[in-house]
Amino acid sequence: MLKIRKNIAISDSGFVFDPLSGESFSLNPIGMEILHLVKNGQSFEYVSKHILNKYEVDAETFERYFYDFISTLKLFNLTEPD
Amino acid sequence: MEKLTFERPIIQRLNAGLPSKYGMARKLDPISHIDEVSVRSLINEFGSPLFVLSEATIRRTYKEAYRAFSSRYPNVQFAWSYKTNYLNAVCNIYHQEGAWAEVVSGFEYDKALANGVPGELIIFNGPDKSEAYLRKAIRNSSLIHIDHFDELYEIIHLSKEMKERPKVAIRVNMDVGVYPKWDRFGFNFENGEAWDALNRIMAAKNLDLIGLHTHIGTYMMTTEAYRIAASKLAQLAVSLASKHDHALQYIDLGGGFASKNTLRGAYYPGSDTTPSFDDYAEAITSALMRSEIKPDQLPMLILENGRALIDEAGYLAGTVIANKRLSDGRRATIIDAGVNLLFTAFWYEHDIRPIEPISEQTEDTTIYGPLCMNIDVIRGNVMFPLLKKGDHYVIRRVGAYNNTQWLQFINMRPNIILLDKDGKPHLIRKQETLETINAQENTPEHLRGFNL
Repeated sequence: MLKIRKNIAISDSGFVFDPLSGESFSLNPIGMEILHLVKNGQSFEYVSKHILNKYEVDAETFERYFYDFISTLKLFNLTEPD
Repeated sequence: MEKLTFERPIIQRLNAGLPSKYGMARKLDPISHIDEVSVRSLINEFGSPLFVLSEATIRRTYKEAYRAFSSRYPNVQFAWSYKTNYLNAVCNIYHQEGAWAEVVSGFEYDKALANGVPGELIIFNGPDKSEAYLRKAIRNSSLIHIDHFDELYEIIHLSKEMKERPKVAIRVNMDVGVYPKWDRFGFNFENGEAWDALNRIMAAKNLDLIGLHTHIGTYMMTTEAYRIAASKLAQLAVSLASKHDHALQYIDLGGGFASKNTLRGAYYPGSDTTPSFDDYAEAITSALMRSEIKPDQLPMLILENGRALIDEAGYLAGTVIANKRLSDGRRATIIDAGVNLLFTAFWYEHDIRPIEPISEQTEDTTIYGPLCMNIDVIRGNVMFPLLKKGDHYVIRRVGAYNNTQWLQFINMRPNIILLDKDGKPHLIRKQETLETINAQENTPEHLRGFNL
């Protein structure tokens, strides 16, 4: 399962700091919500159910955007290597 | 419990750097309406993509430009540049406003005639005028702007044969301090070729030399170049009066004024850097008024602007086809209008907007057209809101050159509508179909069937 690196700092305002590279990032509110859930070890199924209950979005659309978001996290090296 | 609005989750890398006090706003305000008509309703009725032209903007821009010149100079005439946009409906708006026609091919010449422009009010420019069209232009007393000596001698020959007095001007190219110099059209001022051509015309006796013409370039961001051009043409006019006692009827400064589009690679947006019509008018008219031309012989001032008059009035509305990620993580958005429709995407960083508020969030995005060709890039990178498949967009300032340079390539060309002054849409060019394309083709008998 995908894991977010432990030393990544996420602030309440959506600011992300990677102490390893020194790079910083910004999240939009939904991005921050999802990142917190994933960082806490929640599965895609759990995250999807949570978001679908809370937001006006269908499962297929969310799935597409979720995996796009995850691929960006990987690209920025914010995840543990597989 | 009512659900909240969903927005795509995004994460963006923050790039540290010195803040710029000139930094541009990154928020793109949506364009939901054009002339108070909903873009969505137009797409629903006329399809996507769709060119939309605003008659009110065309007329307003024309009046603004004309006022800038006519308030500074006693005798001003505009001629509509057909190559910029030769949709008949568009041309006729300009003709209704009082513009003559400026054409650069036999095809455009016939188009102007078919629109009802009297032959004597058609300016015939360009390096390619066939003998048949020169004869036609001579018979119609059109204003022939001679491009080279071969054409000059052909007209002299035709005038004798037809026993007519062609009305001619010469196109003059010159150094106006802008590089690259445009010297491929007309006769050069500095090396004396233009003066030689004028003397040759005066010596021919059977040509009516009525004007001087120049067109110094395209998308000219400096008005100083026009001041120099007007001064140099005025010098030629003074020399003609002095040597031949000949007064010209007009001086034609051509076109080339910039629109408010932003050129690719420009640091500041075109809306901040483009000179106004008043700026251009001041440079040109003051140069003519200050020249040695006698006040009672001040010639008519003709302008042939196209882009600056029509660009603002054109919009291209359409639909997002898909989003994807590029290998470096950047977002790519594919829209349904490509460079085959938006030729000017090669020149400009076009202003593309959503049609409704989508999100405050923007992402570095490359906007591609739908063509299966690598060159089909509408915007290389733009901070763009998170549009999804099916959302609509509007591209601003596309009125110039797109409806004349567009290509039937991979896709057909779509509908063009004109919103009249009351906002009523008129279909002024139908979208092409397979039949439109096939109607031009002939398949030899032996190639009409096959077995697979």
